[in-house]
Amino acid sequence: MIRQDFITLATDLSIEDLLLEYPIAADFLANLRLDSIPKQLSLSQALEEVDEGILQEFGLDRFGVLRSFCEFMETFTPAEVSPHAVSSLTIIGGLNKSGEPEKISLTIFCGEIISIVGPTGSGKSRLLNDIECLAQGDTPTGRRVLVNGAELDDLQRFEMDGKLVAQLSQNMNFVMDLTVREFLEMHAKSRLTINAEQVVEKCFLCANELAGEKFLPDTKITQLSGGQSRALMIADTAYMSNSPIVLIDEIENAGIDRRQAIELLAKREKIIFVSTHDPLLALSADKRMVIKNGGIIKVMDISDTEKQSLQAIEELDNTMQILRNRLRDGAQITLDLLKS
Amino acid sequence: MKLITVAGPPSSGKTSVILKLIECMGLPKGSVGVVKFDCLTSFDNLRYREADIPIQTGFSGKICPDHYFVSNIDDAVQWGMKSGFQMLITESAGLCNRCSPYINGIFSICVIDNLSGANTPRKIGPLLKLADVVVVTKGDIVSQAEREVFAFNIKQVNALAKVIFINGITGQGSFLLSKHLQQARDIHTLRDMKLRFTTPAAVCSYCTGETRIGDSHQMGMMKKMEFKEL
Ligand SMILES: Nc1nc2c(ncn2[C@@H]2O[C@H](COP(=O)(O)OP(=O)(O)OP(=O)(O)O)[C@@H](O)[C@H]2O)c(=O)[nH]1
Ligand SMILES: Nc1ncnc2c1ncn2[C@@H]1O[C@H](COP(=O)(O)OP(=O)(O)O)[C@@H](O)[C@H]1O
Ligand SMILES: [Mg+2]
Ligand SMILES: [Mg+2]
Ligand SMILES: [Zn+2]
Ligand SMILES: [Zn+2]
Repeated sequence: MIRQDFITLATDLSIEDLLLEYPIAADFLANLRLDSIPKQLSLSQALEEVDEGILQEFGLDRFGVLRSFCEFMETFTPAEVSPHAVSSLTIIGGLNKSGEPEKISLTIFCGEIISIVGPTGSGKSRLLNDIECLAQGDTPTGRRVLVNGAELDDLQRFEMDGKLVAQLSQNMNFVMDLTVREFLEMHAKSRLTINAEQVVEKCFLCANELAGEKFLPDTKITQLSGGQSRALMIADTAYMSNSPIVLIDEIENAGIDRRQAIELLAKREKIIFVSTHDPLLALSADKRMVIKNGGIIKVMDISDTEKQSLQAIEELDNTMQILRNRLRDGAQITLDLLKS
Repeated sequence: MKLITVAGPPSSGKTSVILKLIECMGLPKGSVGVVKFDCLTSFDNLRYREADIPIQTGFSGKICPDHYFVSNIDDAVQWGMKSGFQMLITESAGLCNRCSPYINGIFSICVIDNLSGANTPRKIGPLLKLADVVVVTKGDIVSQAEREVFAFNIKQVNALAKVIFINGITGQGSFLLSKHLQQARDIHTLRDMKLRFTTPAAVCSYCTGETRIGDSHQMGMMKKMEFKEL
């Protein structure tokens, strides 16, 4: 629909019918304190009865309300084809901190996991930044990031409107005063999700599977443990966020099944970058980039030997988890536990 | 000279964003100046000075900072021109949520933070509604989902705004904002240009120093609340 068509919703339809067909229009009315206008009239008729003084408080006249209404409906009508469809990302090398070229051009496809390793200060976060802003040779590194093989102009970069990349890190918390269910429902609403109920349910079950300790839909999100929060964030990113790229910055001690977590994201056809010092995460990726002195010095495929050792690393990791749990429960640590 | 107005609730991250923005634009030292409009006190001048950025601070004291802004903004522009700036950035703390310092044709940025509650964007009014770009800070401490819900609520009041997430501490995201600023146009004066929105009518007895409470002391523009019988 184009903007002209939305105006017919305000002139030809009673507000009652409008709200039935487009529930989100209720928010538009509430935002302008118009929730109690007569619903049997059309919006444009009902506005005739509204005190202009109230509209003026919002900087609007009657015509302005109608124009805002059309903009609002246009913004919140899901596009038929996602404008953010990304099937591949290509990173073309720039310069490292000493000004030497990075000899690299790497194309990454949906469903692939790339780990980024290197000492602190080497430039891992800088690389994630370049990806987030779709650098076109205009950041300090001079890197270029192509989407679906093509360069983007500034207008296209702006159009992404921050929706290209979802982020996850150790420092993130929930701050809203909502239960897990309310929270997921709210996110589903903001994503204009169809079948919201099913998606919320799926998300909840999946988060519980990833979390060590189980939680209920009525638990307040602010009361979740670190592990539970991380699990909910990952499940939510997988099922609810429409960002095609996920950047994960250090989730080492999250108290969740990390490998299962990133595999879940990959299964949802996302491109995943994990900046990490954790062998388990690094080897669960398809490739890993090594960063030194601000430059990507190599991209390694995960070798068969490495894949074999993943099993052993996972066992080590489980052992550590058992030790942590015992500590938490006030039990003793014995050498036997390490021998399993 | 380009003029950029930045406004937002107290402590939302305006100074942090402006500092990171200036850093990432890479203009020659001394070619970007800042004017801070505040109410009673401000420590921002120290931070700008530390970064070698020319700064002027004005305190509105008894009057609404946005009224104060309008009465001084053209002088600020003249100061900027005289100082030879390429760009002048104004920072003002929106306090009453009803005012906004945006001017037609002048690039306007609203800064709000993710921690201020999911529904806050729906309550802020013209400050948010009339901005060209809405910058959201402190995304590093909340979940992706909360960031998305927050952006959704911003779009509810300002459907046409560009929303940019910036980390005020690391500067992540400020690059895209600097790209947007290229659209800002050059000006020499603001004379005869117009505010995007009227500042509130506020000429009641309390504006002029009345402190006593009660009907007999209330004069001028009054808006009375309606209390319904239960
Ligand atoms: N974690 C985090 N903190 C931030 C971010 N942006 C700003 N802050 C912090 O928030 C506090 C307030 O930031 P300021 O930049 O001073 O905010 P302001 O809007 O200029 O404040 P006033 O001018 O006093 O109204 C500071 O302690 C900043 O370090 C951010 O993105 N993340
Ligand atoms: N290729 C580069 N050219 C110039 N500066 C760089 C480059 N790569 C990284 N930097 C800078 O080096 C600093 C440290 O990088 P950062 O990404 O924070 O490291 P890490 O996340 O690995 O600890 C940052 O200020 C970053 O902007
Ligand atoms: Mg880092
Ligand atoms: Mg400040
Ligand atoms: Zn005011
Ligand atoms: Zn008054």
